[in-house]
Amino acid sequence: MDGLLQQIFNGLVSGSFYALLALGLSVIFGMLGVVNFAHGAFYMLGAFGAFILLDSFGLSWWLALFVVPAVLGIVGMVLERTLVHRLVALDPLYNFLLTFGIALILQDLMRLRYGVQSQPFSRPELLDGSLNLGLFSYPKYQVFVLLFSIVISGLVWLVLTRTRVGMVVRAATERADLSQALGINVGRWVTPVFGFGIALAGLAGVLAAPMRAVNSSMGGDLIIVIFAVVVIGGLGSVFGSVTAGYVVGMLTAVGNFYLPALSQSLVFILMALVLLLRPAGLFGREEGVHA
Amino acid sequence: MTTRLKAAGVAVTTLALCGTLAACGGAGGPSGGGGSISDDKIALGVITDLSGVYSELAGENAVAAVEMAVEDFKKEHGEDAITDKIEVTKADHQNKPEIANTAAREMYDRDGVDAIFDVPTSSAALAVATVANQNKKLYFNVGAATTELSGAQCNPYTYHYAYDTYMLANGTGKTVTEKGGKSWYIIYPDYAFGQDMNKSFTAAVEEAGGTIVKADPTPFPNDNFSTFMTKAPTLNPKPDVLGTMQAGGDLVNVVKQYNEFGLREKGVDLAVGLMFDTDIASIGVKPLAGTQFTTAWFWNLDDESREWADRFKEKTGVRPTFDQAANYSAATQYLEAIQRAETDKAEDVTKELDGYEFEDFFARNAKIRAEDHQVVHDAYLVQVKEEAEVEEDFDFTKLLETIPADEAFMSVEESACEMG
Repeated sequence: MDGLLQQIFNGLVSGSFYALLALGLSVIFGMLGVVNFAHGAFYMLGAFGAFILLDSFGLSWWLALFVVPAVLGIVGMVLERTLVHRLVALDPLYNFLLTFGIALILQDLMRLRYGVQSQPFSRPELLDGSLNLGLFSYPKYQVFVLLFSIVISGLVWLVLTRTRVGMVVRAATERADLSQALGINVGRWVTPVFGFGIALAGLAGVLAAPMRAVNSSMGGDLIIVIFAVVVIGGLGSVFGSVTAGYVVGMLTAVGNFYLPALSQSLVFILMALVLLLRPAGLFGREEGVHA
Repeated sequence: MTTRLKAAGVAVTTLALCGTLAACGGAGGPSGGGGSISDDKIALGVITDLSGVYSELAGENAVAAVEMAVEDFKKEHGEDAITDKIEVTKADHQNKPEIANTAAREMYDRDGVDAIFDVPTSSAALAVATVANQNKKLYFNVGAATTELSGAQCNPYTYHYAYDTYMLANGTGKTVTEKGGKSWYIIYPDYAFGQDMNKSFTAAVEEAGGTIVKADPTPFPNDNFSTFMTKAPTLNPKPDVLGTMQAGGDLVNVVKQYNEFGLREKGVDLAVGLMFDTDIASIGVKPLAGTQFTTAWFWNLDDESREWADRFKEKTGVRPTFDQAANYSAATQYLEAIQRAETDKAEDVTKELDGYEFEDFFARNAKIRAEDHQVVHDAYLVQVKEEAEVEEDFDFTKLLETIPADEAFMSVEESACEMG
């Protein structure tokens, strides 16, 4: 029983990454109708950002936690203004190809500069060691990751539900055309939301650096799972992607425990089932789905 | 838009077809030449990973090593060299068997390559071995680890240099078990290499009197090993050793998370199936200090190795991995065999190679076995240094034990090879 509980906890930790990434992907998709294939690449840049700040500027990981997402958020906004924006009116396929291309370019640039080997990165000292959680003890750092992602997801949820800005974004996310028709200037929010989504991806990358291999392909390997998460949660549904993130994390961990050989397929089996039974995803609305 | 995409698709397909068939340019077939050297030149081809996960441990620097071998051969023999026209060509196989297959065909048929070197990734290496056999041209595998190459799938034109899963398992699995790591929990990536490693390690550990508590396949690639890390100490009986068969980025993930979960403090030691200096550089010496593993060679083994490594560093800027050193050694032995045979005809060169005993900075007490074309030589059980012991870049490992050539590799009797 302890084993299972611990696996569930493992799942929640890896789910934290899925949740943060899916959340960003979801708001971008909802607001712009853009499937951002470069999301994994920004996750990778987040991890490299932490590495570069530490390696070249001696800045601590704690600072990177704020600096890197902020910088990447700005990069995201510039990207939206200069490129993504121009293609939004066209077939979604164009932006899909654009972001896919950007992902490949970013990956290759990092590979050219840093090679394929992973960069060394160690845990912040404050989070070294493990914490006794009663039933079992668990690495402090991973507990921090879980709490941090829950707090961030919670904050995003609060902003979205309790503030006027949030309501506008939410309305625009779930029914962009209808909100526009009701006189809300959706366009004004597009750029910041895109930047915000990218910042979340960067934040997940910074969180990943101390516990995962930092290399140019780390995002590419992850992005497929994240897409599955978003589809399971419901395209464009903010609540759905976060929940699906944690669910998929737990499913993979428990699957690893009982059926290691099958664990990688479990997420896609779940996705297929969800698509069969609820094509709009667990928390998506049928008619809210973009073509 | 659809039509535009379609048009682009057709163009791409046409280009791709041209590439794979190698027929759009009108490639000339191999001709006997006339003299003792075909096409009046010796051509060495390096098929390796120039862009992917193995591009640092093999890659461009493996090509550089083969080029060094050619330069040294010319210098050594001067006027007496059988020819001074020796070319080195390279191709990127992206670790994919079908690309390796095409590249090998192009090299043999179009470029007049006489021997191919390296080819990391076992499935790709097996593909190249088949092409070599069909074309009756030589292939020196260096980068791939599967025992199949000199086992069930051996052929008269393929030699297996440097290392294989048997050597790794026999070194690490056997020694660690004999030193008290009796019970093992093995995790391996779920593809050809990992499965082969799991088999070899299981055999080696059991032969040394140890037991495998459990062996779990893990997804590949994988960034989250927490399940296996929490599982390890709860297994019954509790394993003494966690044996990881992961390579490259996955290995980095395993080691980071092994430390994160404090398994060493919980009495589960770490044994690594395959590790290169480049991996240690990524993980850092500190989290790995004390970890034992088996290697075919390492650059500061002794003065002779070091001297070569210094020359290599002058040329490339980095220290060589054992793959790169082995490529140099293989290319040198190949050229020397041509010099002795006075021809580059594959059948005559193999006559010179088979049963040949030699010694160079990479291969000690080496013998090219005629029976299965396995090149046997001393292997080394090494240990990652403590941080304080590291004196310079890439100075990561120290020697624990030399495994003599005749024990390091699978014996001819055990080999499934039937040369035909």
